[in-house]
Amino acid sequence: MNPPRLPSSVWPYIASIAALLVLWEIAASLVHSRVLPTPMAVLLVLMRDTADGTLPYHLVITLARVAVSFFLALLLGSAIGIVMGRSILLDRLGDSWLIVFLNLPALVTIVLCYVWFGLTEVAAILAVTINKIPNVVVTVREGARALSRDLLEMAQVFQFGRYKTLRHVVLPALGPFIIAAARSGLAIVWKIVLVVELLGRSSGVGFQINLFFQLFDVASILAYTIAFVAVIQLLELGVLQPLERRANRWRR
Amino acid sequence: MTALAIDIREKRYPAVGRAGANLALQALRFEVARGELVCIVGPSGCGKTTLLNIIAGLDHAYSGQVTLPPASDGRPPIGYVFQNARLLPWRTVLENIELALPQGAGHRQRVLDLLAATGLGDVAHVYPERLSVGMGRRVALARAFAIDPQLLLLDEPFVSLDEPTADRLRQLLIEIWQRQPTTVLFVTHDLREAILLADRIILLSPPPARVAASIPIPVPRDARGSDTTVDTVRRQILDEFGESLRAL
Repeated sequence: MNPPRLPSSVWPYIASIAALLVLWEIAASLVHSRVLPTPMAVLLVLMRDTADGTLPYHLVITLARVAVSFFLALLLGSAIGIVMGRSILLDRLGDSWLIVFLNLPALVTIVLCYVWFGLTEVAAILAVTINKIPNVVVTVREGARALSRDLLEMAQVFQFGRYKTLRHVVLPALGPFIIAAARSGLAIVWKIVLVVELLGRSSGVGFQINLFFQLFDVASILAYTIAFVAVIQLLELGVLQPLERRANRWRR
Repeated sequence: MTALAIDIREKRYPAVGRAGANLALQALRFEVARGELVCIVGPSGCGKTTLLNIIAGLDHAYSGQVTLPPASDGRPPIGYVFQNARLLPWRTVLENIELALPQGAGHRQRVLDLLAATGLGDVAHVYPERLSVGMGRRVALARAFAIDPQLLLLDEPFVSLDEPTADRLRQLLIEIWQRQPTTVLFVTHDLREAILLADRIILLSPPPARVAASIPIPVPRDARGSDTTVDTVRRQILDEFGESLRAL
């Protein structure tokens, strides 16, 4: 149904990226230093590390960590959000906890998880998940508070039962909120994963960047960053946005 | 045979903000026979919706007793046509109806027949937001009939529709009801509509509502087509119960 994307809407996008590359090129040639490599130098590193497999290896490991903690946070956060949005008592009980966790710096959670549970994969995933859950809870709770009482009553009279009510009344109504949480979640989670890897893992993009930092290898840092940002953008465009359109297809 | 027995001693809304506590229903008692179509008529705001919500089990904060029809061979106890259609906007018309059906039964053909009978055959796969208000009401009606309930509750289902549409839907209601007999409680503030539909009219008093009168309609249903007949009955009722009906 959607018309094919018009070139006119893509041109500004391409032009702005081109402008960025040009500025970068100019700055790099003016500075002429190892700490600010040219775009071409970064591209060469990107191709070299892709060809020898190190970049894909670390990228996949980081993506796996992002995926696991992302889904865990989304699942647990949505469940907590629904419960808090539907029960005044639990909302009051949980609210102060929520505020504590919302204001807990990511770095503190990460360090504490590593201290308490060791430098393990579980501790790493746990730290990222705990960081993300409060944001999901806040967003989904808003949605759960706004659930239509009319429709819930309808479901009760027509004896939908718990499962049917959740699947056909509650979750579709929360869809836009969960997707909003997912989109902001993806952006936050991958940044935290890099820090987790830097502090306590021996693989992944964050670990590599720490290594390059010690070597002052800026070209490699930029190459890994660009590769990773590109993958996340693809996920956003290729998975989250189509999902959002699908969840909203009933709207006029 | 009694299908429904209502004995509500008191239904009170607690004070909220500056609005004081409000006694909505008091000493409200009546019975409905099996297969009877009863219209509840009363002034706006007299607690008619409150009464239906209590019967439907949506409101438990009252004192008294509501006895529903005894359970029988898998028929769901209650179908409810709310004042607004209350359709799931993210499910198609057909899905909305099928979701209300008891699980696992192969009702597809019956639902499609019902959709055709209600003139909804063409919109079975349309999302409710694309429907007109009248169409939405029809879907709500079809949903309530589709589950073949022992007791059908309707809360001013045709209010704010234009008269020809409302009239068609009233005929439709009677047609389906005659084909698929069930006990019906129809709430309205429109005496004319009640005379068109009911076996018996129960008049409610202004709040706190109780039964002001129970009036059987003596005219057979197919003789109610003409405006003069309805007007005659209406005048008789107004003459006899004018006091409690001043608002109608």
